[in-house]
Amino acid sequence: MATTDIHTHQDVHHHDEHDEHGHHETNFWRTYIFSEDHKIIAKQFLITGIFWALLGGILSVIFRLQLGFPEVSLEWLRPVLGEWITAEGKLDPEFYLALVTMHGTIMVFFVLTAGLSGTFSNFLIPLQVGARDMASGFMNMLSYWFFFLSSVTMFTSLFLETGPAGGGWTIYPPLSALPQAIKGSGLGMTLWLVAMALFIVSSLLGGINYITTVINLRTKGMSFTRLPLTIWAFFFTAIIGVLSFPVLFAAALLLIFDRSFGTSFYLSDIYIGGEALAHDGGSPILFQHLFWFLGHPEVYIVLLPALGLSSEIIATNSRKPIFGYKAMIGSMLFIAILSFIVWAHHMFVTGMNPFLGSIFMLLTLIIAVPSAVKIFNYVTTLWKGNIRFTPGMLFSIGLVSFFLTGGITGIFLGNSAIDIQLHDTYFVVAHFHLVMGSASFFGMMAGVYHWFPKMFGRMMDNKLGYVHFWLTFVGVYLVFFPMHYIGIAGFPRRYYSWTNFDAFSGFADLNMLVSVAAIITLAAQFIFLFNFFYSIFRGRIASANPWNATTLEWTTPRNPGHGNWPGEIPSVYRWPYDYSKPGAKEDYIPQHIPYSETPESNLPHENELIKLETSNGSGAIIVEGSKH
Amino acid sequence: MTSLIIILGVVLVLAILYMIYRVSNLVSIAKGHDDEKVGTANKVNAALFIVFMVGSLGWFFWYSFAYYDNYTLPVASEHGKHTDFLFWITMGVTVIAFTIISIVMFVFIYQYQYQEGRKAKYFPDNHYLELAWTIIPAIVLAVLIFTGLRAWNDITGPASKDAELIEVIGQQFAWTVRYPGVKDKELGKVDYKLIDNFGNEFGLDLTDKNSFDDFKSLELHLPVDKEILLKIRAKDVLHSVFLPHFRVKMDAVPGMPTQFKFKVTKTTQQMRDELSNQNFNYEMACTEICGRGHFSMKMTVIVDDQETYEKWKASQEAWLKQNPDYLKKVPNALKEAAMIKAGMQRDPGPSVAEVNE
Repeated sequence: MATTDIHTHQDVHHHDEHDEHGHHETNFWRTYIFSEDHKIIAKQFLITGIFWALLGGILSVIFRLQLGFPEVSLEWLRPVLGEWITAEGKLDPEFYLALVTMHGTIMVFFVLTAGLSGTFSNFLIPLQVGARDMASGFMNMLSYWFFFLSSVTMFTSLFLETGPAGGGWTIYPPLSALPQAIKGSGLGMTLWLVAMALFIVSSLLGGINYITTVINLRTKGMSFTRLPLTIWAFFFTAIIGVLSFPVLFAAALLLIFDRSFGTSFYLSDIYIGGEALAHDGGSPILFQHLFWFLGHPEVYIVLLPALGLSSEIIATNSRKPIFGYKAMIGSMLFIAILSFIVWAHHMFVTGMNPFLGSIFMLLTLIIAVPSAVKIFNYVTTLWKGNIRFTPGMLFSIGLVSFFLTGGITGIFLGNSAIDIQLHDTYFVVAHFHLVMGSASFFGMMAGVYHWFPKMFGRMMDNKLGYVHFWLTFVGVYLVFFPMHYIGIAGFPRRYYSWTNFDAFSGFADLNMLVSVAAIITLAAQFIFLFNFFYSIFRGRIASANPWNATTLEWTTPRNPGHGNWPGEIPSVYRWPYDYSKPGAKEDYIPQHIPYSETPESNLPHENELIKLETSNGSGAIIVEGSKH
Repeated sequence: MTSLIIILGVVLVLAILYMIYRVSNLVSIAKGHDDEKVGTANKVNAALFIVFMVGSLGWFFWYSFAYYDNYTLPVASEHGKHTDFLFWITMGVTVIAFTIISIVMFVFIYQYQYQEGRKAKYFPDNHYLELAWTIIPAIVLAVLIFTGLRAWNDITGPASKDAELIEVIGQQFAWTVRYPGVKDKELGKVDYKLIDNFGNEFGLDLTDKNSFDDFKSLELHLPVDKEILLKIRAKDVLHSVFLPHFRVKMDAVPGMPTQFKFKVTKTTQQMRDELSNQNFNYEMACTEICGRGHFSMKMTVIVDDQETYEKWKASQEAWLKQNPDYLKKVPNALKEAAMIKAGMQRDPGPSVAEVNE
């Protein structure tokens, strides 16, 4: 009994504290820089992510210039790139590899992991589960600042004389372990490893926080089966991250040992630069296993949040409940579990035991089933909807389209027999850029357009959004679709030029098309940048709930302050997808409206729930629990 | 000066664009245009999706059929025919699924665009539908998996005993090939610590008598219609053997020899005639990033009929003969055998050999 009392007391105290915070005057540094407020941290992640996305995009355009226009002089880049432009006005082949490596690293980790999860998990988890803030605001702040340190380290490596890491974003040793093998494996690689170690710390601090917040800080009535799909997606993503990032950390640490302290975890039997190295007994394949044990779940760390965001946006703008809410959760859970046991499909032809290859092929192709279920559910959600094409909705549709186009080629690559020919060709490049890169990027864009009103209290311009979408959507397809043909023809990835080979010397036309499309797509992003920054300051003032959406974040005022809700946190009485419910006055019923207020639209079993509804909604949990 | 003008020009254009945007925004506000309402833009976007669908699917099918010969590589190996078949079966299945889903999705998007006063259908779930589209893909995938598994097991199964043994070695940034020689058909032992800068690039262990007749080649010669077992290793970093026309790919890993068995079905000349291109050559490429010269690791591959191939092999000088200095590394007891095997001394015939022993 005594314990209960203490708890109650603490609870009350807790609330008081938050209310005080609401009026608390803080200085500039604590409000905007070392902020512990999840909304500010989300914006910090977003702005940093946008910076990295722009840089990653520019790097890709530079190497696309080389691939699309191999004859053209790049002398005009000399003021920026200096010695990396050779005397003939060409890109240095080693710098080309560095560009490819940094483009991959930046896009996968800094944009689509930190920029996407960091932004939207931070912004939406407290707002959608009905919490004042993250479980630990301090850890959350640390998470951003570790990411910032990591960013600074990675950015610094771009300016080294020997260049940044150049062994591919997968940094396979021995190439990444031996500075003799490639210049980028010198200081550039060291900084890469340091930056990634910091990044992992940031990602773990964030992930633990997301998980704790979702489990512990849900508002009254917000049972797990009433969580929006976004929260489910962030929740699974955080769990995957917490389980897999430490393995990358271990892999990186062993690589650091091999590089600097003479151990032989990954190195053996190497003769390079005129001498036989003393390393003995290590295995490069070990690194690949460790790397892909993170690397494959990483695909879903990137993709699941995007799928979560688009589920929410598609339901809202179709004015329909998402089809198969539980199937969506189930398929995400299944994908999350499977993502840990498919990693070796990246390694079919690395010399790994072929028997392992057959096991991993089996597991890999199983993952297509929940993915297919998700696509079918999206399409059914659109069926008989009343669709409004907001920019967020357009980008979500784009995501589904990319997820389909890119996902389906996974069936080829997951089949080890077919993969022999396609492995490390442009077919792979096309596949993962569509299904993981572009789909996630579109999810991120959809999220920015959709939640911008809640982030900044203003609307982004719709027309600029439409132009941005169509240029990017068509542009991305023009960049990556032709790569399938180039890949079927056998063109290997990470080639500086193909003219050495008769077999790969065709397709100058397609490569030029791809490069032109890449330049246009990058240019189109400046429309977004303008729209984004202009709208922050001068956009049309948004209403509190501009999309007529049902989830809790739209019950906050236009510019939610510290603590999110000025008064009490609303209780939740229903699932998040009561759109176009038969009999209802409006075509949406927000989650905080009790059934007792909507007798005209209640389903029979919901009428039963009315008598259990208390003022704080806690009764409803018991019913949900006992029903299942 | 010109760059200054360019910069000024760009700034001017951007400023004009910005002004146009500002003015059009202000005009729409002055007109009292209500952005909240779903207007013509919605119809335009819905229509654009249909245009996009028709255009992109049309382009996809047209290009895929019209340029089929451009983007497909002729196949010249036994298992390659099989994996190509699996590839096109998968292509058929997935293109059908892709086309249907795409059309259905974009048509729904167009058909169910916003209309004033219409209400969307409240359709939260349907177990039969969900069951159907879980089970159907699962069955289709199961079929693809099992055909793929069988092919994979055949390809990676053990090679027959009389397979032609050839070793490919990757290093930055070239391939070398070692043949076991015509006398013993066994590759001699190697050790990376024996590699030196004076000639022993294989790290050949000359205490092993199988190494005496091994010979090096800078072209990969292969016999047609005979099983070949490629032994693959790397000296410095990862490389990957890629023989595109034979559908062969296997990484070369320092410290862990790998292998790939296959059977070539067409000689170089047959392929030249088939493609009516007398300059055609099979090629070997590297497909694992290995550094600066990754894109230039090419080796020409020559496929001959078995007779020509055997003749070519017999005409090659043993490595030991090309590097006679290394005779001193051969143990004294084996010196004579080494000289005979390497072709540095005529084989005196069985009787003399017996006497010597």
